[in-house]
Amino acid sequence: MSSEPRSLPADHYLKAGWDLKSWLLTTDHKRIGLLYLMSITLMFAIGSLYAGIVRWNLLVPDGSQMSAEAYNKAFTGHGVVMVFFFLIPSIPATLGNFLIPLMIGAKDLAFPRINLLSWYIYVIGAALTMWALLSGGLETGWTFYTPYSTVFAESNVEVAAIGIFIAGFSSILTGLNFIVTIHKMRAPGLTWFRLPLFVWAHYATSIIQVLGTPVVAITILLVALERIFHFGFFDPNRGGDPILFQHLFWFYSHPAVYIMILPSMGVISEIVTCFSRKRIFGYSFIAMSSLAIAAIGFLVWAHHMYVTGMAVYSAMVFSALTYLVAVPSAIKTFNWTATLFRGSVKWDTPMIYVFCFIGLFLIGGLTGLFLGNLGVDVHLTDTYFVVAHFHYIMVGGAIMGYLGALHFWWPKITGRKYIESWGKVSSLLVFVGFNLTFFPQFVLGYLGMPRRYHAYPEEFQILNVLSTAGATILGFGYLFPFSYLTHSIFRGEPAGDNPWGAKGLEWTTQSPPLTHNFDEIPVVTEEPYDYASPPKEAARG
Amino acid sequence: MAEVGAQAHGTHHPALQHHFTSLEQQREASSLGMWVFIAQEVLFFGGLFAAYTVYRSMYPDAFSAGSHHLSWKVGFANTLVLIGSSLTMAMGVYSAAIGKKNRVVGFILATILLGSVFLSVKYFEYGEKIRPCFGDGAHTGCLVPGARFDASALHLEGPEAGHAQIFFSLYFGMTGLHALHMIIGVPILLVIAHAAWRGRYSPEYHTPVELVGLYWHFVDIVWIFLFPLLYLIGSH
Repeated sequence: MSSEPRSLPADHYLKAGWDLKSWLLTTDHKRIGLLYLMSITLMFAIGSLYAGIVRWNLLVPDGSQMSAEAYNKAFTGHGVVMVFFFLIPSIPATLGNFLIPLMIGAKDLAFPRINLLSWYIYVIGAALTMWALLSGGLETGWTFYTPYSTVFAESNVEVAAIGIFIAGFSSILTGLNFIVTIHKMRAPGLTWFRLPLFVWAHYATSIIQVLGTPVVAITILLVALERIFHFGFFDPNRGGDPILFQHLFWFYSHPAVYIMILPSMGVISEIVTCFSRKRIFGYSFIAMSSLAIAAIGFLVWAHHMYVTGMAVYSAMVFSALTYLVAVPSAIKTFNWTATLFRGSVKWDTPMIYVFCFIGLFLIGGLTGLFLGNLGVDVHLTDTYFVVAHFHYIMVGGAIMGYLGALHFWWPKITGRKYIESWGKVSSLLVFVGFNLTFFPQFVLGYLGMPRRYHAYPEEFQILNVLSTAGATILGFGYLFPFSYLTHSIFRGEPAGDNPWGAKGLEWTTQSPPLTHNFDEIPVVTEEPYDYASPPKEAARG
Repeated sequence: MAEVGAQAHGTHHPALQHHFTSLEQQREASSLGMWVFIAQEVLFFGGLFAAYTVYRSMYPDAFSAGSHHLSWKVGFANTLVLIGSSLTMAMGVYSAAIGKKNRVVGFILATILLGSVFLSVKYFEYGEKIRPCFGDGAHTGCLVPGARFDASALHLEGPEAGHAQIFFSLYFGMTGLHALHMIIGVPILLVIAHAAWRGRYSPEYHTPVELVGLYWHFVDIVWIFLFPLLYLIGSH
């Protein structure tokens, strides 16, 4: 590693201007990544507040804290904000945006202006949806199931639906930009099988975003049209089929789970190899399993619908496919574990999040198989077991990866180090808080507590109180990184180009990078993750 | 920054954006981007086509009656108009590739004209279905789904009258979404025609003309599927 730097480089992308215009009209992928980072942090805070309200209500069994209607609006707000406005854009729109051009040796994404446009679309969609949630609210659940959402709901369904419809195009445009960038903008010598696994993961994610999102967009638009113009697509009185809505909805919304988890898996692949000081085990298997997840992920949607009275043979096919989609995830998990074997493992904060991810994703994935099983699912459908399962994937998996990524690339993004001890303490808080929140919910669900009810039998209270206590700890676990990362922007020590001694083109340029990323377009001559040889010094012009 | 690129690569085409190394790379990227966008559009319409498939297999009689009520002659005429607009669009792209500026402008304007003819016909088709729904009294001939829907013109009663509403929901949904794509396409064509008239395009660089051409052809192809599925399934 080079000698300790005393100050940040003289010129970098943040110095291109501090005024509002330089941010709001920027086409620099790094700045747009930061715009997204600020927006989704705000949405995450709002979604967490809703979660807090839900957990607060469930402290007591009789539902006396708030009305059933208000409770419905709280969990709907939590789901809508977290799924559509935090988890789906989380890693791709922030770190993917920031890192993909750096990782492939490009000056920017293929379509910088479309990139900025996608952020504006996101903001408009988020603003509309927030307006719907705050002025009257929404009580349909984030799933908008018909005919409740089309006929009976008396809340702001139309506005919220249109807000989500609009935000969908932000996700589509991000995916489109990534696909084209990865195909056409790679540096000389950077062949497909020299791409970082983070890029492979985002390529697979982008395919889902481009092919899945339009289906949910049209579906949710049909719900709005049915409410506004009284079309009869899902109205049983006229022969419309409400179950068709579920098919169309889950055709996107199951793959959407992979939009959330695949980028995290890409992050884990980067960090685990760096902090084991060892080439990643099974590179091509990890790369191809991302594509396999994207492909098979489109064929499993009806496992959300076993109890809708679907034909038993189609249920069997969907069950078998659900087991199949677990295979590529297992391949990744085995490869990460094998990478650790005989590596020189270092316990820095990003690596702690990797261990959190692997353990929690394992539990989330295996309980997913319980739910993919036809017989077991009938007992567990719409119970807290399902809630716990998908939180282990989305929070234990996706958000752990997101936090690991933020810590890992923070020195690259800001040019400064955060305080490592604080990072370790808060990662421990997140891990403990998370498990205390969601593990009791597995038990609750197994014992039969249904989800989305604002009151419950008294014997479930202890487990619910534990869960709420865990959520409180988790909340502090999230507040800490927010504080010390923000603090580091102003007071952190300069980090240098490559503080982790990591491989990858993004570490060969300065921190923070120049606006055009590289003085000279790099030429790639080595395999990825060649940790056997020492890290390259930054190439300076 | 643009200056840095210019120094690094010597003189280059004014349309070359700084983050591309060559005009060829830029053209390939833009073209791939458009194809990915079209893939997205296929899935966007795909949701409606899936709904159509499900409901038509559930209610073949109501769909047949609803389709029979649509004028296949008007639909066919509009199909010809739209195929004609695809021809003029293709001629426009070809003219751009060989650098005939005036022809590019002419062919794009012809495309806009034919597109507008299509939309006007659609306007009258919609009008005769929507107009009876307004006002008090009987709403004979109202074909907009909802309380005022009148199935007597289709000779349907009971539950089949409801099924016919689903056919017309799909009719308005699918043709409406298609028309919306044309309404978005026309101003884009106008912008491209203006740029062509200003002499922005040349045989080396006419990517925007190619891209809008791809978009326009895609929208036409959607209609090629919509026309038989909506207009021709009833026995005539």
